[in-house]
Amino acid sequence: MVRLAVVGLGKMGLSHLAMITAHPNVAVAAVCDATGYVLDVLNKYTGVKPYTDFDAMLREVELDAVIIATPSSMHAKMVKSALEKGLHVFCEKPFCLDTKDGEEVTRLAREGGLVNQVGYHNRFVGAFQEVKRLLDAKAIGEVTHVLAEAYGPVVLKPKGSTWRTQSAEGGGCLYDYAAHPINLVNWYFGAPQGVGGTILNKIFSKETDDEVFGTLYYADGKSAQISVNWSDESYRKMSTKITIWGTAGRIYADRQECQVYLRDTATVPPGYQQGWNVRYTTDLTEPVWFYMRGEEYSAQLDHFVRCIEEKRIENVNSFESAVATDKVMAMMIADAAKGPSLKSDDALPHAPKKRWNFLFGGR
Amino acid sequence: MDRLLFGDNQFFGVNHMSEEKARAQSMRFQDIRAVIDVLDTAYDEGIKTFMCTTHDRIAQICDHWRANPARYKDYEFFPCMPYAHKYANAMTDYGMLGAIKRFLPDEGFLDAAMRGGMSLAKKDIEGVTTLLIDAEMKMFQGLKTPVIFLQNVVVDMLLGLNFKEAFRIFANHVKARYDAEPGFITMNMPRLLDALEELGIENPIVCSNINKIGFRMCGGFEAYERALKEKRFRAIAMSVFASGAIPPREAIEWVCRQPNIESIVFGASSRGNIRNTKELVDRCWPAAPASAL
Repeated sequence: MVRLAVVGLGKMGLSHLAMITAHPNVAVAAVCDATGYVLDVLNKYTGVKPYTDFDAMLREVELDAVIIATPSSMHAKMVKSALEKGLHVFCEKPFCLDTKDGEEVTRLAREGGLVNQVGYHNRFVGAFQEVKRLLDAKAIGEVTHVLAEAYGPVVLKPKGSTWRTQSAEGGGCLYDYAAHPINLVNWYFGAPQGVGGTILNKIFSKETDDEVFGTLYYADGKSAQISVNWSDESYRKMSTKITIWGTAGRIYADRQECQVYLRDTATVPPGYQQGWNVRYTTDLTEPVWFYMRGEEYSAQLDHFVRCIEEKRIENVNSFESAVATDKVMAMMIADAAKGPSLKSDDALPHAPKKRWNFLFGGR
Repeated sequence: MDRLLFGDNQFFGVNHMSEEKARAQSMRFQDIRAVIDVLDTAYDEGIKTFMCTTHDRIAQICDHWRANPARYKDYEFFPCMPYAHKYANAMTDYGMLGAIKRFLPDEGFLDAAMRGGMSLAKKDIEGVTTLLIDAEMKMFQGLKTPVIFLQNVVVDMLLGLNFKEAFRIFANHVKARYDAEPGFITMNMPRLLDALEELGIENPIVCSNINKIGFRMCGGFEAYERALKEKRFRAIAMSVFASGAIPPREAIEWVCRQPNIESIVFGASSRGNIRNTKELVDRCWPAAPASAL
């Protein structure tokens, strides 16, 4: 039995709590939240032990692991305290707003031999895992370009302030939405060499961004475009999608399906054919012990528990990979602040003059 | 309960296979008239129960039904509440308490204010829950709602949290106030049945995925088979086609062979698909279900 506590009981925290409470190999020993009210209701009706003080909980309750689902600005300090107590940590995304903090806790986790994982659940979505398998098999040859998108209806009008509306707290479209496609791109292709052309634009929010666009550059000439907007009401709920062009084909994937076009030059993987292939979530999804909101949420928690049981430090969505995602976002923020790389009144280089070749004709 | 119930996923851009299909459906059913036309088609094919969320747009459908009582005299609605997105979004924006406050009726009777306000203050979930149920049921006033469902996102969250008392509160209120049977939608049927049994909720109506390939049947295929054989409950099968992964005939033939299933809920947009499903069910399920005898 893994003895575990859940910290932060917002939307994600409550979901995690429900799923992990139902896990056959986990005993939830305590919950912690700043709001006493939610805690009292939970304690009254479910009997779970409530804490408003995180440090007091760490002192008083015997634990193996914690799930931290507080606002991102609080992650670094809480993760550090938990690691110093020798606890395995699952932390919500985005991981740490300051990448130095992220690196420090990554080091602490490694030195302590502790399981560490961040809640980028898309890596547990069957269709996105299929993309990874196809890329590793070089099914579409050399990848040249990627389009990673996420759209959904979160901020649809100017409105009141919560932590999610403030970038200093880890709110905003970049941290909340764009983090997911960026994390996927990092998983598929590693960290980019640089970023450019970043736009962090407000639509309705006063203090933070509602749309995020930008380019990620890779050493081998490949590039990725990020296109994210959380003020798009034409989507019923958050939709993350990825399109990848390669020399031998193209892959498109979202949570429901994976569409693959393979050219006649492609290395056709088993079960696939030249031309169009579609794999649906029903083929790609592994069953989970408990379902709520999507298999991927259960699967990532189950993976965390298994890593603890099997003492596996190398993990999917480790702190290290989450810090890599945080770094891309930090680069994008810095890039957006710079504005355009070339302005209309900058001196432009003259176009090279056409040289007329009398002998071989012009080209 | 009828054997075949009509579901509403297709009307609201929900498709578990393809976002493209979901979007095409959103476009087609943007005009509420298109939804009513499909419901009329289903009705004319003999499908007289609409199992629907408490989405704002359903209120327009209810208005149409109230305006044409003669046309729909034996029609039944099975409301499924709450419309989870509404609450989930409000929770993100206002926190849990703020979200609850937003949906409590703020106008009118003192009773509501007392029931809500006092309950919130006392951390007594019963008053708040019953008020929220009443708020969701308002749109169905004057229509037949013999079964009222709690949606799977909520059922499964409460189930996971071990917050079983809420099931009892829901069941009692639905029976007492609406003279209706409580129903529960879940993705974790065997586990839910255990919880309901423990609470003493007898012979409950439980709607869950039941399909030949075991798609989203959490707890495992065998546990579902065992539950259908051994437990006393009124099963409604949903997702019998596993989002289109199983051909219709194969899917229906299999489901109809399973013991203890009282109804199938399905969604369709065309007369052809509605008629095919109805014919398949009539053919594969010739005897009336046990509870109707």
